[in-house]
Amino acid sequence: MQLIDEIRSNAVELAAKHAADVDERARFPAEAMAALRDIRALSAAVPRELGGAGCGMGELASHCVALAQSCSATAMILAMHHIQVACMARHGMQSEFFREFLRRLVREQLLIASVTSEVGTFGDTRSSVAGVERNGDSFTLNKDATTISYGRQADALLVTCRRAPDAPPSDQILVLVEKRDYQLEQTSNWNTLGMRGTCSPGFKLTSQGSAEQIVPGSYADSSAQTMVPYSHILWASLWYGIASGAVARASSHVRSEARKKPGTVPSSATNLAKVVVLLQSIRHHWQAVAGEFDALSAAEADMQSLLGMSWALKLNNLKVSVSESVVQVVHQALQIAGIMGYKNDSPISIGRSYRDLLSAALMVSNERIATKNASMLLVLKDDQ
Amino acid sequence: MSAELQQSGHDHAISADRIRTVLAAHARLDRDATRLSDEDDLYEAGMTSLSSVNVMLALEGEFEVEFPDQLLNRAVFSSVGAIQAALATIQTG
Repeated sequence: MQLIDEIRSNAVELAAKHAADVDERARFPAEAMAALRDIRALSAAVPRELGGAGCGMGELASHCVALAQSCSATAMILAMHHIQVACMARHGMQSEFFREFLRRLVREQLLIASVTSEVGTFGDTRSSVAGVERNGDSFTLNKDATTISYGRQADALLVTCRRAPDAPPSDQILVLVEKRDYQLEQTSNWNTLGMRGTCSPGFKLTSQGSAEQIVPGSYADSSAQTMVPYSHILWASLWYGIASGAVARASSHVRSEARKKPGTVPSSATNLAKVVVLLQSIRHHWQAVAGEFDALSAAEADMQSLLGMSWALKLNNLKVSVSESVVQVVHQALQIAGIMGYKNDSPISIGRSYRDLLSAALMVSNERIATKNASMLLVLKDDQ
Repeated sequence: MSAELQQSGHDHAISADRIRTVLAAHARLDRDATRLSDEDDLYEAGMTSLSSVNVMLALEGEFEVEFPDQLLNRAVFSSVGAIQAALATIQTG
């Protein structure tokens, strides 16, 4: 049985059942995450040679879509976890420490969270204040993070920081710290409009470990080759999943209207037809980029093309385009579903999806991305 | 290739010092760009992806060239020597 089928039959329904409570109480979707552990979905991105499922981008995206249609928090947590696993699996394979850690991740289905945000960097993930302090074979790393999604619930954290305290802010590396290595002191709350179940307050991280826990190479490369493509493609797919879930509920409303007056096409059906045009173009967008990424990963072992500006622009465009158009889709879905969609406790409620999707333009802000794109287009010539 | 061009001595010779002057004005490094060696990593010296775009633009202006898209990646702009080699491939190509 394929992992996607197991996710559909074992986790999706459970995620749907608890989604409203997860949202209302802004709590971790523990039931769905436990189900994902049981079917070993947390090692989907680990290469087969280390015991994982070895899923490519397209497959991981399909997992996120399936879950996002019922619980956005579960889908986002799984996506963020895959992004961290991919960073280790694509950049740590020469290190026996990381190979062994990934084998353990497969066995124990460890959940990995990301610590990229920081007080003082103003949302720029390619810049750090904190630096890792090496002392022989060991290190100390302290970081004041503005947000760590599922920080309390994770088994390990992948942290961006400067290569050394006196290195420039953009000379960054990735460091893995496990629960036994770190302490978290919560500094803010996570009481948000949407995406409430990701449980993402701010924390002060204090940690120590051994030098082998530093991911080989520089974060400049792992960001361009892995963190950015995995984030933008998996997020785009899960935002699409949330939007398609809302459209599915709106279309059930259209069908029930049609049943009341057989032989006539309700006016809401025309609006449904319009919104499905947009929904389909969103799906084709992320599927095309995921397919291109998988083809490139198969053809090019050194991932050099991903360091080029054309790819940076392509991924940024995917993020900006999808995050904006899903909001249009969910808005139209609400118009179709009407008052029944506006009610929070109706079976075709659209509110949660709407609130969740408003986060899409803000997480890695579209405004920041637009500035970067504008600057790249000063030197980039062709659309590729 | 770059050495030959320098020896030819025409107006567009790609001297490492002209590259350093561009870097000093646009790369926003943490240290004195005129004292960089040909191999020093510019990103480790504090150049960011945003400031690297300004460097690219300024190099295009200074040497009256246009970088083709396949040269627009981190490695090509990672050191004075790498920039010099890239400029040489454009001018001879």
